[in-house]
Amino acid sequence: MNKKQISNEVLLDVRNLRVEFRTKGKPFVAVDDVSFHIFRGETFGLVGESGSGKTTIGRAIVRINETAGGEIMFKGQQINGRVSKELDNEVTQKIQMIFQDPMASLNERAKVDYIVSEGLYNTKAYKDEADRAAKVEQALLAVGLLPEFASRFPHEFSGGQRQRIGVARALIMEPDFIIADEPISALDVSIRAQVLNLLADLQKSKDLTYMFIAHDLSVVRFITDRVAVICQGKIVELAETEELFKHPLHPYTRSLLSAVPVPDPVAEKRKRVLYYDPLSHDYSVDKPKWVEIRPGHYVLGNEPELEEYAMLAAK
Amino acid sequence: MNEPILSAKDLVIKFSLRGRVLTAIRGASLDLYEGQTLAIVGESGSGKSVFTKSFIGMLDINGWVDSGSIMFEGQDLAKFKGEKQWAAIRGRKIAMIFQDPMTALNPLRTVGMQIQESIELHQGIKGDAAKQRAIETLTDVGIDNAEVRYGQYPHEFSGGMRQRVVIAIAVACQPRILICDEPTTALDVTIQAQILHLIRKLQKQYKLTVIYITHDLGVVANVADNVAVMYAGDIVEYGTAEEVFYNAQHPYTWALLSSLPQLGVKGEPLYAIQGTPPNLFNDIKGDAFAPRNPRALKIDFVERPPYFQVSPTHYARTWLLDPRAPKIEPPETIKAMREKFARYIV
Repeated sequence: MNKKQISNEVLLDVRNLRVEFRTKGKPFVAVDDVSFHIFRGETFGLVGESGSGKTTIGRAIVRINETAGGEIMFKGQQINGRVSKELDNEVTQKIQMIFQDPMASLNERAKVDYIVSEGLYNTKAYKDEADRAAKVEQALLAVGLLPEFASRFPHEFSGGQRQRIGVARALIMEPDFIIADEPISALDVSIRAQVLNLLADLQKSKDLTYMFIAHDLSVVRFITDRVAVICQGKIVELAETEELFKHPLHPYTRSLLSAVPVPDPVAEKRKRVLYYDPLSHDYSVDKPKWVEIRPGHYVLGNEPELEEYAMLAAK
Repeated sequence: MNEPILSAKDLVIKFSLRGRVLTAIRGASLDLYEGQTLAIVGESGSGKSVFTKSFIGMLDINGWVDSGSIMFEGQDLAKFKGEKQWAAIRGRKIAMIFQDPMTALNPLRTVGMQIQESIELHQGIKGDAAKQRAIETLTDVGIDNAEVRYGQYPHEFSGGMRQRVVIAIAVACQPRILICDEPTTALDVTIQAQILHLIRKLQKQYKLTVIYITHDLGVVANVADNVAVMYAGDIVEYGTAEEVFYNAQHPYTWALLSSLPQLGVKGEPLYAIQGTPPNLFNDIKGDAFAPRNPRALKIDFVERPPYFQVSPTHYARTWLLDPRAPKIEPPETIKAMREKFARYIV
């Protein structure tokens, strides 16, 4: 097996990110003081339950959601808040998203040709019609679809093929960074493997960096290099994937890991699920800190908790 | 376990769609035993939902049982005509819960009334006695403060709590069989674990026989005593959970297990099943999985395999089990699982 190349160049750097939603009355903090960075060539996992804010972080990076505080740096440039028109265009082009439900995320009334080219139209990133058609063809071939599919409508495709169209639409912009928001959750088991393999192949051939947003830890373990666990808008733990799975420290991570179903009846029937109580932390006096407890392994906790985690980690 | 509580035999279910006839279930047979937990697995379109919906007369209007029988309490459910007959079975004897708890509940009525309605309809208890029973059921499904919760609306409940309410409605009439169609797919993993635990608890308390329909093999491993693998409207393999996971025989079961990321090796491509399931409008010749099976034998394209017995509780529809068949090596993942079989079971 050839290990893929991860450089130590930081591609995306998120510092103290805060996102608020305002419905009438007081603001709701969806993302609270979140910091992490992603290296070029890496697959970074963001794991949490529904409502934890993982999708909001992805949307803040592509400038869909406004940020209320903190910085998002892409290739050393700040991309949140007010930016120039050129930078906005560059972000739109270089950071692409793949969505969960290929049924809902493709325009039912448009042909594949238009769906895949829409990004090109928006950023006028093509010379002439022939150039655009050639780019569409290349993108479709790259995801394993036939070029003649361009003249068809989304409903003519199976779920796995539709998700490939979603990937082609992202690829055509020649992005550096792809945010995949639950890209296989809505797919059938047999198709999941195809899409995961495709994403892995494209990463190698196109030198892509991924942020993989998911709730399914088994998939995350298989595909990511590092993982951040997010709970109620805060990242509570971050480490290399194998490290996190072998030595989970934060009680929330431990509870998540204990609950993952594994396809092994004997192991499943022996397993004990740990329950996480968010009220178990007493942060009234002693505020929690974000600490590197082992090399590359970060966890959120206050003094007594950190001592406990350090003991756990030493075991 | 002696007499099955429900027994489907050579069931054929057809649908008429735009003037053409589709065969959704192609002669599937299944015995369900009292107190058992059976999981039916398969990809979408394999017919797992249609198969179980026929047990409670909930096929869509354009579908019908073409041949075969479903024996339950001495009656053949396949011969049922009209709502009157079904009313005695559906909800009362065999209940079903669905994937999305939000669409299963009426948003305009209180949760308590929805449970009470089911009790009044099926058990002949009325008024305060029914209310009392509804509150007890809410407590049984792990909802605290049941008396207050009784008067609340579905939107005041979280996803996991809503699924508990749906389960309460289903078990309130003390059915014999509970069919759970993807009960936890819409839920987070920790909530999922709680709901599975709850169903197991209720199963003991109410002496239920449970059928799970799911594509999540992790959930199957957790809950199932027995597993039926469905492909293209047919049960291709059946056995205890241990037999199906650790000693799978059908190439489709191999493919399903091999494509799981949990069993894959990091950095290497996962096994991916090529092609698509067969078009059920067409007649299927031979083994339905053969065109997607790289290990298919010649006979797989010609003649449909019968069931071959592997053990008293384990059988599969594949020519590989015929004594005359050449020896075919299963994929690596399956070999690794077989080692576990040797360690745990034999």
